Order: sequence, then structure tokens, then C-alpha cells
Amino acid sequence: MKKGFKIIVLAKQVPDTHNVGKDAMKEDGTMNRAALPAIINPEDLNALEQALRIKDQYPETQITVLTMGLPKAVEVLKEGLYRGVDKGILLTDRKLGGSDTLATSYAIAQAIKTVGDYDMVLCGRQAIDGDTAQVGPQAAEKLGIPQITYAEEIQEITESSITVKRRLESGVEVVKAPFPVLVTVHGSAAACRTRNAKFYMKNKNDESNIITWGAADINVEDEKVGKAGSPTTVKKIDAVVLQAKESKKLTSSDQDVDTLIKDLLSNHILG
Amino acid sequence: MANFYNDNPDLKFHLQHPLMKRIIDLRENNDYSDKDKYDYAPKDFEDALDNYDKTMEICGEVCADVIAPNAEGNDLEGHSIENDHLKYNKYASADYEALRKAGVWGITMPRKYDGLNMSNVPYMMVGEMVSRADGGFCNFWGLQDCAETILEFASEEIKQEYLPKVAKGATLSMVLTEPDAGSDLQSVQLKATFDEESGMWLLNGVKRFITNGDADIQLVLARSVEGTTDGRGLSLFVYDKDKNCEVVRRVENKLGIHGSPTCEMVYKNAPAKLVGEEKLGLIKYVMSLMYGARLGVGGQSVGIAESAYREAYKYAQEREQFKQPIIKFPAVYQLLGNMNAKIKGMRSLLYETARFVDMSKLLTAKKNEGTLPKELRNDLKYFVKMADAFTPLLKLFSSEWCNSVCYDALQIHGGSGYMKDFPIERMVRDARITTIYEGTSQLQVVAAIKGVTTGIFAERMAEYDKMLEGADNLAE
Repeated sequence: MKKGFKIIVLAKQVPDTHNVGKDAMKEDGTMNRAALPAIINPEDLNALEQALRIKDQYPETQITVLTMGLPKAVEVLKEGLYRGVDKGILLTDRKLGGSDTLATSYAIAQAIKTVGDYDMVLCGRQAIDGDTAQVGPQAAEKLGIPQITYAEEIQEITESSITVKRRLESGVEVVKAPFPVLVTVHGSAAACRTRNAKFYMKNKNDESNIITWGAADINVEDEKVGKAGSPTTVKKIDAVVLQAKESKKLTSSDQDVDTLIKDLLSNHILG
Repeated sequence: MANFYNDNPDLKFHLQHPLMKRIIDLRENNDYSDKDKYDYAPKDFEDALDNYDKTMEICGEVCADVIAPNAEGNDLEGHSIENDHLKYNKYASADYEALRKAGVWGITMPRKYDGLNMSNVPYMMVGEMVSRADGGFCNFWGLQDCAETILEFASEEIKQEYLPKVAKGATLSMVLTEPDAGSDLQSVQLKATFDEESGMWLLNGVKRFITNGDADIQLVLARSVEGTTDGRGLSLFVYDKDKNCEVVRRVENKLGIHGSPTCEMVYKNAPAKLVGEEKLGLIKYVMSLMYGARLGVGGQSVGIAESAYREAYKYAQEREQFKQPIIKFPAVYQLLGNMNAKIKGMRSLLYETARFVDMSKLLTAKKNEGTLPKELRNDLKYFVKMADAFTPLLKLFSSEWCNSVCYDALQIHGGSGYMKDFPIERMVRDARITTIYEGTSQLQVVAAIKGVTTGIFAERMAEYDKMLEGADNLAE
């Protein structure tokens, strides 16, 4: 049995949309990123915890965190190092700015290819700023490797495969895939551990475990990244205010409850 | 994300006390030379203080996000015996694991033994935060005092063997009390005989009321001189659980601190190593250990009181009677105000004592190494004196006030607080032990009285007055 695995964790710095203040939206309806604190995408932290648990079990495991974003996204890498990650890669370049999920997944896949040797790529199911859940699966497609989405728990690892419990809407599913594999981790997976005091002290002033790459380092074609490589355009943004338009009064009688359940089922709110 | 460090500005205030510069400088040998040997050592005071601050933040997060939510389960489930050994419940196991992964075990141990080389102040601060999260579980943390005793008195061989294990998260216990030896430890009977063949001491006998008795590393007080009946025949031994020569006969069913297992232990030909010199077990080593433990109970008392106060404050805001929140009634806000004032007083006493203990230990270590400069001799005398006087004072007042704060906090909850539906009843139960163990309040009075009669407290009070004069000048 191997003593360790090579893992790449994809992590994204996102605005903390769970702590939205009154300045969170600009007048044109777009997000005011400056008014929101930057955090690591929560489900990426779930993915990081899965990687760290593998390292707990197989101490020779090497974990690399890869992030794409502005130079300040280096904070994401630092947070990884403070928790036990071995190396961080910051992918930052003006050419990559404005990338949609297609262009982002292409750049990420190119960066993973540049890393070269890996057993698994772990990432969050989706980011809280876009909620697309597309980057992980698209990167797997571009890399030509199997993907397991909605992972809740890594149940078994062998020398050449991984067995994962998936959290689905209607229950759970256990699947197995050979290495190399990309796994997107669901928010119901174990929460990420806190920073480790010693790792913090060691890495806070040390940049030697962080590598910065630009577009040229990962061999991308310019027309496939940034705005040029992004077919997605935002046509219009509406501020939607949800409000109740009609209400129904029900009693606690069996008949009323029965009617309510039937209504909910027919509207696909239940089932 | 909740954080028990960031939500309590008092803690940062005490961490930035002016004496901390001196403490940290001494701790880092004044030259911060560890930075050349260890990649996690600080390069200067500011760097070190940032390490202290961030380590507290990490612990504050573990306490708020892991330990506090587990407190109810830990209390309800307690611990059990499986195959003659202690089996921790899943809540305590998760708490322990979270602190271990946070890398803070061995917080006061030197880097040479893989520790964080921090002072007593942050050690107590984590103790306070863990106690606020779970007054029972905090004993797992506080028993690191045993590592301090090993560090201070054991041979280098024992230190090399055990202290790196502490930094990896090994649990510890101090195994002192026996059925007939509680406050009167001179009556300890557990027998230690030297086995020529193995070169080890063999322990035989029974111990009672041992907190986390079946820990990985156990410090056992035993009678090594046959025919003696008093404290002079007692020595201290370190026993490794891996030897598997101890049995947990019973886990006590207690009023409170269910999260901390209290065991009756039986040792049968259990091989152990002598700590320091023979016959000094009680009169020197255990006395030092007890002083550390009393400081720890101070931290535990402040933490439990803080949690009780916060529960009462929250309840008084939410509970409405006579069409308004009960916090609006003078009788209730007066109670809350007094509780808060007591907690601030207890906390100041806690960290003042911790600083005295830090200075006292650091200067004593310098003296023992023969590197204490002449001009610091008076400082050594002063801080040893203050640490000795303030430790029983802290233990006495913090534990008594912890109980009174918890009593008032339950009072504010009214009938609801008497039910198991609110956490306050657990806090009241957890608080009760603090005036009893590690020396009862009555014994603390005996220990503290010297500070009154010899004028030590009066001397310090006069110094505080002087500081206040300075503060007045600043305000002008």
C-alpha cells in the first residue's frame, strides 16, 4: 500500500455572501465585492478537510492547493498552509480576468496538467458567488478523467481507486472510481479543521511554499481564456424581491392536511 | 463563525499587559535564538506576541465551534469502562481531537520537546476558554500541569521520552488521592518497590478520585521508603499506560463535570520511573504540581462563570414578564452587573497570578542554570513571593465567586433554570467542584493567610494605588 497520495485541492476566494450588508449590491444590481469580506469558498474547505484526512491517514501524502484569482487570493493558499497543506499555487494573470466557467475550467485544467503528477483533484461542489457547480466537472472533462460529484465522505482508498459516498437529493449513493479522479465535495461533508498553531507560525512569514503562475506558465491559448474565451454574457440583472401573493387558510383537519400534501406534490415542492 | 477569544476583549487586554514583554523575552532567552533552530520560532517580541494572539484565536474557534456544542452530550453521556480501561465518549474524543489537530497541546513545553514554548498566561487563557465551552472537558487541558512537573524535575531521559508525546496530544493524569488520603496526602499508602532485575519501580495499590485516571502518561505518588508513615517516605513516579498494568475499577458517578472521568485505579506490579529524587515526591514535586493545578482551577472557575453569566444575560433579554424583558428590572440588572464585576475581578486576579507564576518560574530557571544576573535577584524574590501568595488567593476567590455567579445566573432563569432544558443547571453542577478539588477553600485560607499577616497583599495593594495615581496623571 502507498504511504501517501498526491492531491490537488481547488479553492476559490469568494465574497462572503452569507454576511450581506446594505452595501452588498451596487445600483446596477451587480455585486459590490469591495463591501463584502473575502473568504475561502465554504465547500472548498470541506474538500480541503477530506484531503487533510487522507494525509492524517497516509502522512506522506502531498497536498497542493491551487487557486485562480487576483493576487490577494494568495490568502487562500496561506489558509491551506496553516492547516497542513504542503504547497500552494496561485494562478493570476490579467489575461484570465473575466473568465466564465468554461474559460476558468480550461485554465484550471491546464494548471493541473502543468503540475502533472496527481492521484486526485478535490474541490467544493460549487462556489457561493456563482453557484454554478460547473468548474469541477468541466475541468474533469478537459483532463479526461473520471469525476465524482456531491461527495460527502471518502470511505476507502486503495493504491489505485477511491470509494466515495455521494449525498443526493433522494438519498446517498456509494461509488468507486480509479485514479486519477476529480471529486467535488458537498457542504454536508465534515467541516474543515481550524488552523494549526505550529503551521501558522511556520508559514506566516514564509513564501517559499507558494508558487505564482501566469497564463504563460500553464500554456493556455489566449482566445480560450478571459472574456475572449467566455461565451457566457450577463444580459440583465433584476433585483428580485420575494413576497407572498396569495395565502390559503387551512385547519388541522385530516382533509385539509391531505389537500395541502396533494397540492405540494403536484407543484413539485414535495417529492 | 463564533470565537471565544475574539468575542471577549478582556482576553486580548490581558495578553497585551506590559509585563508580557518581559515574560516573552525571558521565555525566548532574550535573544530569540530558537529562530535559527526551529522554523516555527518567532524572530522578535512582536512576532511572538502575534503567535500568542493567533494561537488564542485558533483555540477560541475550537472552543466555540466544537467543544461548546459538544458540552451537553459530554455531560449526558459521561465516560465508561471497557476491558478494564477508560473509554471516552464520542464528544470528549472529538473535542480532544480538535485541540490536537489545532497543534496546541504542549503549549508551555520548550521547542526542544516539540512544544510551543508559550507562557502560563496563554495556557490559562485556553483553560478559561475551554471551561467556558465545557467546564468538565477542561480538565483534559488542565492536566498538562503534569508535563510542567516532568519538565521541572525529571531526568533528561524521562523528558526526552515523554514530553514530545505531550506535544503530539498524549493525555496526562496526576494520581495522588487514595481512599484514606485526600487533603492529607502524607497518608498515601500505594507502594513502590525497586525491582533490581528490570531497573524499574513497581507500583502496587489503589488510587481514588483520579481525574482522567487512565491517561497516556500518569504521575503517581507512592510510598517508596518502607516503614515510613509521613510525607518524607513518598516519591513521584511516571507510569506509561502502554505497560497495561493498571485497571480502572470504577468511574465515579458525580454531581457535575461529567465530561471529566473520575476514576478508581488499581496498579498491579506496574513498572514506573522515578521522577527526580526519592522522598521529594510530596514535599517538593506534588506541592509544585498542586500550585499549578490551583492556577488551573482559577482558569476553570473564570471560564464557567463567564459561560453562566452569558447564559443569564441572554435569558434576561429574551424572557418577558409584565410585558417587558426581565433585564429591564433593577433587581435583575443589578444581579447581572454584580456578576459581571465579579468575573472581571476574578479574571484580573487570574492573569495577574499567571504573570507572577511566569516570572517566578522563569527567573528560578535562570537561577538554577546559574545565569541569573545580580540585578535580577530581588525580582526573583519578589515574584516567587507574589506567586506563592496570589495562587491560593486566586483559587479561593475565583472558585467561590464562580459558584456565586452560577447561583445568581440560575436565579435569573427562575424555574426554567432549575429544569434540564437550559445549560445553566449543568454549569451550576460543574462549578461546585471548584471550591473542593486541588485543595478546598478552607485549605486555601490556610495557604493565603501568610500573605495577609506578612503584609504581602498590602504591599501589592499599595503598588496598585501607585499605578492608579499614574493613570490619573495620564487622564489629565
